[in-house]
Amino acid sequence: MKNEFQVIAELIEKDKKVLDVGCGDGILMQFLKNNKNTNIRGLEISKSKVQECIAKGLTVIEGNAEKDLKQFPDKSFEYVVLSQTLQAFLNPELVINELLRVGKKAIVTIPNFGYWRVRLHLLIKGTMPITKTLPDEWYNTPNIHMCSIKDFFYFAKSRNIKIFKSLAINNQNVSIINDSNLTIKNFFADLGIFLIEK
Amino acid sequence: MNAENNIKTFIVKKPLKLDCGKTINEFPIAYETYGSLNKNKDNAILVFHALTGDQFVTGQNPITKKDGWWSYAVGPDKAIDTKKYFVICANVMGGCMGSFGPSHEDPSTGTAFGTNFPVITINDMVNAQYNLLDHFGIDKLFSIAGGSMGGMQVLQFISNFPDKAKTVIPIACTSSHSAQNIAFNELGRQAIAADSNWKGGDYSSEDTIPNKGLAVARMAAHITYLSKKGLQEKFGRKLQEREDLKFGFDADFQIESYLRYQGSVFVDRFDANSYLYITRAMDYFDLAKQYKGNLSDAFRATRAKFFIISFTSDWLYPTQENKDIVIALNSIGADVGFVEIESDKGHDSFLLDVPDFLSALKNFLDKSYTEN
Repeated sequence: MKNEFQVIAELIEKDKKVLDVGCGDGILMQFLKNNKNTNIRGLEISKSKVQECIAKGLTVIEGNAEKDLKQFPDKSFEYVVLSQTLQAFLNPELVINELLRVGKKAIVTIPNFGYWRVRLHLLIKGTMPITKTLPDEWYNTPNIHMCSIKDFFYFAKSRNIKIFKSLAINNQNVSIINDSNLTIKNFFADLGIFLIEK
Repeated sequence: MNAENNIKTFIVKKPLKLDCGKTINEFPIAYETYGSLNKNKDNAILVFHALTGDQFVTGQNPITKKDGWWSYAVGPDKAIDTKKYFVICANVMGGCMGSFGPSHEDPSTGTAFGTNFPVITINDMVNAQYNLLDHFGIDKLFSIAGGSMGGMQVLQFISNFPDKAKTVIPIACTSSHSAQNIAFNELGRQAIAADSNWKGGDYSSEDTIPNKGLAVARMAAHITYLSKKGLQEKFGRKLQEREDLKFGFDADFQIESYLRYQGSVFVDRFDANSYLYITRAMDYFDLAKQYKGNLSDAFRATRAKFFIISFTSDWLYPTQENKDIVIALNSIGADVGFVEIESDKGHDSFLLDVPDFLSALKNFLDKSYTEN
């Protein structure tokens, strides 16, 4: 399981009810179910990924986060997880609001557009950055609302969203982001993980 | 052919109060089983059939000599694996394969009930079939499953008996028959009524039965089970055993010939009055109405695990109507999974060889069973 999922799993206590939005093939769900006794549900847009989840015995609903989160009642999950898909939505703000409505807390991870390799790629090559976490070309990328760790920080602040914990991942290293090291983490982290609440 | 010998029947002794207000006593339920019930009696799956189905789910139907209606899904090593599970299916009340229906003799007249048979509902069908659990000494079913009207029975069953099934699989169905659904059923009923042989339903004492009306009903309904794309790909404008148009009203086109054939084989195995009664039961189905308009309340008492399946090209019970059930379940935090299967085979997809559907069904059942 990738490092990111390890970090997310550590943020979730045992025996909780969790919704994984954009759960993909269900790797994180399966880990939480087996190791944290999580009552886990998934929402996934891809039919083939939904099939993979069913084959793993996971409870998944085929659907779109922008349209289908509204069927869940307020605060019906302890945690709602959104891993690396915020930037792919037409309206990320709406999705964040929905995550925070449905979940008591939300865990959001973003590929950091402030990462130095991304900056360097654009600076030196002058073309849209391609990295390990952002592997697609500009014309076929699903990512239409990229942001940096700093952007997310400022966004949360402006919307009165409480950030309980924010973590930076760079390769295998996980570190805590705070107000004082924000600029540095925004430069060196490939991925940001935020535990938020409203 | 001695049809009676091939039909297993048990008589329900407990009186059953029907939604129409009448009470029936000592009525027969015809059923079939596949696989074997294990020691713990926890591997039983109750399958509900659709409008024109019967209890002969798989293998050769001993009456029609055709494959059972769900042969793709049910059998050894299939999605509903009869090596593992004990599959039970009953002919619905109002049907014509041995269960209490309009072709049965009315003891007060000595002739068939015909339209003197009480109007029945999905609720009545399910309440009648519930007696199967007692009959087999099963406390809790591992699963209940069915497509189309079978799916409606699944929904009604779990709402009536919330702790009697562990898993619940409504397929290609709805919680409430739409105006379009009712319209198509009415078309079929009127086709039957327009056949002079129908005689207000009192045709069984004579040799003449309303074959033509029933065939037209079947033809119209059959179109609703397919998709435009499926029809176009299979038939297009292909001509039936002729080089050119004949400028007449014989079946020039393959699709005409196909529909006529579907109509003609249907009348050999189905009773016109049963068709009226069962379509009526479907039209009356409105689960939310039974719970004062709140569909979620139908499922509030159950802890069962739901898996809802729809098909992209099903316009009779479209994905949105299936999703409405998912939404009602999610809004009360029920355990519900949902997938829409890509298929251009229309509503009939659930009866056909649609690999994504069959594998989803198998995976859901087998994984849920190991977690038992």
